[in-house]
This record gives sequence, C-alpha cells and structure tokens, in this order.
Amino acid sequence: MKLIIAIIQPDKLEEVKEELYRAEVNLITVNEVLGHGRQKGVTEIYRGAKESGNLLRKIRLEIAVNENFVEPTIKAIVKGAKTGETGDGKIFVLDLKECIRIRTEERGGVAIG
Amino acid sequence: MINAGDTAWVLMSSALVMLMTPGLAFFYGGMVRKKNVLSILMQCFIVLCLLSVQWVLYGYSISFAPGEGFWGGFKWFGLNGVGLEPYADYAATIPHQAFMIFQAMFAIITPALILGAFAERMKFSAFLIFILLWATFVYGPVCHWVWGVGGWLRKLGALDFAGGTVVHINAGIAALVTALIIGKRKNIEKNIPAPHNMPFVVLGTALLWFGWFGFNAGSALAANGLATNAFVVTNTAAAAAGLSWACIEWLRNGKPTIFGAASGAVAGLVAITPAAGFVSVIPAIIIGILVSVFCFTAVSIIKPKMGYDDALDAFGVHCVGGIWGALATGLFASKAVNSSGADGLLFGNPKQFIVQLTAVCVTLVYSFVVTMIIYKVVDLIIGVRVSEKEESMGLDLTQHHERACTVLE
Repeated sequence: MKLIIAIIQPDKLEEVKEELYRAEVNLITVNEVLGHGRQKGVTEIYRGAKESGNLLRKIRLEIAVNENFVEPTIKAIVKGAKTGETGDGKIFVLDLKECIRIRTEERGGVAIG
Repeated sequence: MINAGDTAWVLMSSALVMLMTPGLAFFYGGMVRKKNVLSILMQCFIVLCLLSVQWVLYGYSISFAPGEGFWGGFKWFGLNGVGLEPYADYAATIPHQAFMIFQAMFAIITPALILGAFAERMKFSAFLIFILLWATFVYGPVCHWVWGVGGWLRKLGALDFAGGTVVHINAGIAALVTALIIGKRKNIEKNIPAPHNMPFVVLGTALLWFGWFGFNAGSALAANGLATNAFVVTNTAAAAAGLSWACIEWLRNGKPTIFGAASGAVAGLVAITPAAGFVSVIPAIIIGILVSVFCFTAVSIIKPKMGYDDALDAFGVHCVGGIWGALATGLFASKAVNSSGADGLLFGNPKQFIVQLTAVCVTLVYSFVVTMIIYKVVDLIIGVRVSEKEESMGLDLTQHHERACTVLE
C-alpha cells in the first residue's frame, strides 16, 4: 500500500479529480494549503509596507492506494495538473503501513477501496 | 422656492443611492472566488471615486445641460452655473446642486453594474479607462436623451421614472457585449465556480434594497405622495420577485435557495425602477412575479445554452429585468397614480407601449454598438484581459498585491 501526496495548483483540482475518477480512484482527501517551491511566492503590499516571498495557495491531495493503483494514480494527477509552467506542483509517494476501515474494522488492502 | 422637506429627502436619498455601490460590491464580491473578491470591491469603490470627480467636472454637464443634440455639451463644466437655487426644469423646490448630486449617484452605480459580466478576468488599468469612456460616451448621451432638457426620448414621451432604460438596460446590454468579447473564464466549462461567500451576497442584496428606496422614491424629487407611491411599489415588487424566484427554484430544482431569493429581490427592484412613479400596487406585484420568471429563464436556461460567460449575470438580471420593467410601464402606467405621467396600454393608450418599446430598442442598439467600440479601443491600446497565469492566481494578488484573508499569520 502507498500513500500518495500531491501538491497542485488550486484551479487544477477539477481536472485532477476528473482524471482520478476516470482511473477509478475514488478515495481522496483534499486540503487547502500554502506554500511555494521554485515559484518563490508573491509580493503583497499593505499601506506601502512590502512583504515579499509570501506563500501561494495550493491544493494538497492525499490518496491511499494498493500497489496496482500507484502508477495509474500518478498518471492521472500529472495529466490533470500539468501545464509545463513552474508551479505545477509535486507528487510524493510514501509507504503505507496500515489502513483500517472504521465501519467494519477491516484492515489492509481490502480496507482501501 | 426651496422646500426644506423636499431638499432633506433628496439629500437623504442621494446618500441612500451612494450606499448602493458598496452594496453592489458585496453582492458581486460574494459571488466570485475568494482570490478575486478584493478586485470586485476595488472596482466598485474606485468607480465611486472616479465618477464622483468626473460628474462634477463634466459628466453632469454632458448629461443634463439643456441641448437638442447628441448630449448637453460642456456649458456646465465644473458646475459652472449649477448653483444653490432651484433649476425648475428638473426640480423646482430643491437646490440645483441637490439634484446634481442625486444624479451623480446614478451615474456612479450604472457603470459599476457592468463589471459583473467581466468579473475575474479584466486588468485593473483597462477597467479604469473602459469605465471612464463608457460613462462619457454611453451613459452621458443616453441619460441626456431620456432625462435631459431637449433630450429626444424625453420629448417623445418615454416614461422612465428612476432609470430602467438609462441605468439597467443600458448597463445590462453593455454587460452582454463585454462578456461576449472578453470570452469565458479559464476552466469553467466543467465546473462553474460556486460563490465564495453567500452571506456577502445577502448583505449586498439588503444594502441594495435599502438604497433602492432612495433610488426610486427619491426620484420623485420631493417629499410627497408620489415618493410614497414609489416607496410602496418598490418594496412590494422586490418582495414579490424574491418570493417568485424562490418558488420557481422549489418547483424546478427541488429546493429554494437564499441566492435565488436574493437574485429575485434584485430583479424585482430592477423591474419596478422605471415604473415606480406610474403604477399602483397590484401591477407592482405582477411586475415582481413575472420578472423572476424572465430573469430565471435568462440566467438558468438561456445562458448555459448560449454559452456566454456573463459571470455574475449583469445582463440576465439588469437588462432582462430592465426591459420587462420598461415595457410593463407601457402596460400598467396610470394617470390616476401620476397625473404628469401617461396611461399605459391597459388603461386605453397603446401608443405609450410603442413609445416604451422605441426607447428600449434605441438604448439597446446604441449601448451595444458604442460599448463594443470602446472595448476594442481599450483592447488595442493596453489590452483588456489579464494573462492566464494572472487569472489563475487571482486578481487580488496580481492586480492589487493584497489578499482578502490571511490563512497563516
């Protein structure tokens, strides 16, 4: 089992969701986060006071999948979120030790889907 | 002779109408995505600043200085000759400047209405130039034709109590033009963005409704029975339209929404605007109920089919509602309500309906064509639309370098 964490542009969420549904990945958690990578953030000015390097709005997705879904999930996220510009985001893949479905107390791969 | 009561009421009404522009800012601001809310507030606010100055410099003169031609010209530049004595052709019992400042608030909110159509994608610099040109070459002439001494639609006998043609049809059709030319927002085909703050929309609606008493009842330009009639029918039509829109949603979509009720109330206020000084309360209810039917059809059925992105429905509510209001005035107007008005079709005077239709068509055609020219000129000089990158980051950060709310402090 893997936990896939992806940071994407806010306005790409719909396209990524659509690609994920197409890849039959339906389990997804979404957070609104702030951050920046090479994009270096933005400048904001309040009554003349300049604040540079401010963080940008991003969307963070968490998706837990079984091994056979790892590649399709990554492909779907890339397809939905890629523009070729800086700031498209990142995908992290982590090993996932355990997964428990609270309703049935099932464990492991069967609990993910 | 200056009348103290009339003067007090018109000054108070001017303040009420002034509040409508910030009200509109919240009404529109709540509907956009949160990355663009400040751009809407800023656009509305800066229109209030920019056109307040434009109006006293030359806006009032081109709109209201007497003249038979295209507009009133520059006789009253810098309020030269517009003093504290009454000017009887407009209002015999209040200082001329009281009338001027009341009209200033109309000249401010009208261009602001248009920005709902191109929300979330216009450069701020282009916006400023567009608005100034539009106020000068569209609002000025149309206002002169309908309300100015020597204006040809006024002489024709077109009835427009508080601005159905001058304000709502004029701004509404300009909204459609700009939405058509600027094109759709990015990435909205699959997912129309939900309003980011519905309580703002309701707050804005409440401020608009409140301010509209000044807009319509103040247009009597006196503290009298006619003002009272306008006040009563304005409230009635807004209420009937709010009910009507909510019922339509309940029947069609299964649940009534606050967004629907609020949109209905605004549509009702738009529709009663030209009629407020000429109709009684039962026609006001009919005008209110039907305007929601027309506007709902425009924004929920026709717009998705046609595919233009009138982002906040400036056309669907103001133009459609305004046309219905202007034509309804030609149906329901009655001399029993206002002896200096006229009878409408239902009171045995079909000619009035034709006159109303003429005023509607002239405004539609003129505003459509000139708005298109102004847009193209601005686009040629500095470009109207923001870059794709700026659009996806939002106008608050890219046009103003600030954001509405902090997430981390």
